[in-house]
Amino acid sequence: MKKLILVLSLLVPSLAMAATGHSVHLDKANIDLTDKASLQSGAQTFMNYCLGCHQMQYQRYQRTFEDLGIPLVLGQENLQFTGEKVGDYITNNMAPKAAAKWFGATPPDLTLVARVRGVDWIYTYLRAFYKDPSRPWGVNNAVFKDVGMPHVLQELQGLPTKTYEKHMVDGEMVERYVGIKGDGTGRLNQEEYDKVVLDLVNFLAYMGEPSRLEAESIGRWVLVFIVILFVFVYLLKKEYWKEVH
Amino acid sequence: MSNTPVDNSRRRFLTIATSVIGGVGVAGAAVPFIASWNPSAKAKAAGADIKVDISKIEPGQLIRVEWRSKPVWIVRRTPEILAELAKDEDMLKDPNSEEDQQPEFARSRYRSLKEEYLVLVGICTHLGCSPQYLNDGQFEEIVEGVPDGFFCPCHGSRFDLAGRVFDGSPAPTNLVVPPYYYIDDNTILIGSEEGAA
Amino acid sequence: MWQNLLDWIEYRIPMMRVAKMHAMEYPAPKNMNFWYVFGFLATIVLVNQIVTGVWLTMHYNPTAEGAFASVEYIMREVDYGYILRYMHSTGASAFFIVVYLHMFRGMMYGSYQKPRELLWLFGMFIYLALMAEAFMGYVLPWGQMSYWGAQVIVSLFSAIPGIGPDLVVWIQGDYVISGATLNRFFALHVIALPLVLVILVFLHIVALHEVGSNNPDGVEVKRKKGSLSDDEKTKFKMHEYYTNKYDIIDDVVPFFPHIVLKDLVAFSVFLFLFCYVMFFNPGMGGYFLEHPNFEIANGLKTPEHIFPVWYFTPFYAILKAVPDKLFGVISMFMAIICLFLLPWVDRAKVKSWRYRSGLHKWNLIVFALVFIFLGYLGGTPQEPWKVIASRILTIMYFSFFVLLYLYSKNEKTKPLPARITK
Repeated sequence: MKKLILVLSLLVPSLAMAATGHSVHLDKANIDLTDKASLQSGAQTFMNYCLGCHQMQYQRYQRTFEDLGIPLVLGQENLQFTGEKVGDYITNNMAPKAAAKWFGATPPDLTLVARVRGVDWIYTYLRAFYKDPSRPWGVNNAVFKDVGMPHVLQELQGLPTKTYEKHMVDGEMVERYVGIKGDGTGRLNQEEYDKVVLDLVNFLAYMGEPSRLEAESIGRWVLVFIVILFVFVYLLKKEYWKEVH
Repeated sequence: MSNTPVDNSRRRFLTIATSVIGGVGVAGAAVPFIASWNPSAKAKAAGADIKVDISKIEPGQLIRVEWRSKPVWIVRRTPEILAELAKDEDMLKDPNSEEDQQPEFARSRYRSLKEEYLVLVGICTHLGCSPQYLNDGQFEEIVEGVPDGFFCPCHGSRFDLAGRVFDGSPAPTNLVVPPYYYIDDNTILIGSEEGAA
Repeated sequence: MWQNLLDWIEYRIPMMRVAKMHAMEYPAPKNMNFWYVFGFLATIVLVNQIVTGVWLTMHYNPTAEGAFASVEYIMREVDYGYILRYMHSTGASAFFIVVYLHMFRGMMYGSYQKPRELLWLFGMFIYLALMAEAFMGYVLPWGQMSYWGAQVIVSLFSAIPGIGPDLVVWIQGDYVISGATLNRFFALHVIALPLVLVILVFLHIVALHEVGSNNPDGVEVKRKKGSLSDDEKTKFKMHEYYTNKYDIIDDVVPFFPHIVLKDLVAFSVFLFLFCYVMFFNPGMGGYFLEHPNFEIANGLKTPEHIFPVWYFTPFYAILKAVPDKLFGVISMFMAIICLFLLPWVDRAKVKSWRYRSGLHKWNLIVFALVFIFLGYLGGTPQEPWKVIASRILTIMYFSFFVLLYLYSKNEKTKPLPARITK
């Protein structure tokens, strides 16, 4: 009977694992929430390239600067462009109705995007724009088909294209998709661009759950405490039960 | 009940030790519940320091600004008003503001950084009403010989133009001077003292 | 002095009497194993949910305009608000984990059988109230899953012939799920259902203490008055309420401190797991907090896949397995009603599966596996093979009860021991 229960308990997590799965291959985003330099770089990229359309309306500049180790005065001078107070939420002045007209939909708030999509998805998505003249902005995306957003980071990455290689399969020439290749017109090379995106994704991950690191550092102490509690409760229980036969 | 001798000292030690550890655990678990009653980041942002331009205030005029949702008064005192403050001191409860409720600089006759400008939290220290500003001799009807002052309509507390409470008022202490400092000659920042920000 | 105060109180309210009767001098079988801790844990989780819930209510804003933002306000701007919220969200899943294990324990050891039928029924009503409570609570963050989950569940009522569509509008208070729906669910979630739950838990415990705890052997520890020699009776002092009516065999321990200490050991293990999840992985890979729910509710855009939270998915799979709307809803509710009827479906005289037939053991194990597998099917994207699988499993789910009814009448059982075994 015990064995069966064991089997039962082992089945549950394996079933749970089977429940996830994506249709598109996603690159792994090796983010590091403790890397303040990376987070600051990500914040800079966000404020410069994303905030024009996407808000982070649930968090304040001040909290963000404090968590990222940016002095408030410096942050206000270099990362706040709309003249708001440092205690204000990270918002822009774009009217949602007009935005919906320009892009087909209001650009979503990005405070929680890392928790909705996952970091791997965003990391892959931001590196998956490619040239597609049939689309309104001239670009499409391999992860998010027919996306309504222009390639905002084009000045950094350039305009990549989908590339194919010809292969001989069973005596027939077949075109095989081999990925997206940059055209070299961007300011950054592939490696630098990936790093900029990774930093941005790191920042978005931080933004999705700003209390993550604090929770884990509290959590470690809590777990140590519970182990100590367990030892004493266990000994006390033993003490009382030793008279029961 | 059983044949095994009960080791009482061990049992007592374990019971006490477990209870103490459990108590620590409960206290620790209470922390987030207690801390969540603190002013949130939202409340703190709303109660942030404010800058006030004082260059437009006429002599004798009082302006009201809002700081932490409370009225803050700024009065530009004339030389005559300042002269009055020396004369009424025998009628006051605490003429030198000994009570520990304000920035260090307010422990003086004028209770301000610059004598000309008085900055006060406009809330009576009795039960929280906001007193009226009576000037140009109107205050004379309430305190004989003192032409200007503050009078609380709720329970009749009286204060002079340094916010000092008159004897016989229900209010126990002088009006509170908020922390503030001069950014430049025309601007003050209410909410923190110089160097603290 | 202290004693005088206690006497003064005791004269007016039976504090010590109740404590003795239900804790210090309450006889509990000494062989209750680890399966018996989940009732205690469920009570702890209930307390956790109530206390954290009260605190969340202090910061939450139950309007369609403000709900989502107020949850993020709790997560970001209230001091340690994220701990309160994760305690509550992890607690919701933990509640179902311990309740499911608690129910399975009852099925293994026949704890629903005579004389514990009412005890089981109160338990099932708790489970039902808990499902309603969890469902309405999940609507409150007002994310995409809150919205569309509510949409799907409320639409179930539209299957009722005739009044269905009107009933749905009445439940919603609008033509769609809206702020009006959110408000009423909030009221029910924070006031009405917790009250019902607490009352039901109270009745559950009163009923338990009247009939006494079952145990893994399913052998009663309370015997007919006068049937035991002094030697065979327990040496612990038990309350006269029990000893006046019965002879209590020497296989019991007092609930306090013995059982409570055992429960506390289990509680510290549970607490470790709970805190690990809460501090390190509160989303549990999208199972405890679903990813789309971090996006604000949008009535014009359905998420790609919508699933209820994991604890509802077995029943959701049964709903989806049946091709007819009304019949699907009926099947889903039947799946729960069957559990209610268990004390009368099982006609065996022997309680614990230790002394029952191999057929029964297998029937029960298969049932548990079917339940888990249905949960998997109900919580993952639809695929063709899953439709067939969920139909087969739905039939297997119900055949557990049919089989049990058929074989339990004349089941070949092993002889019961006279005393509790170690």
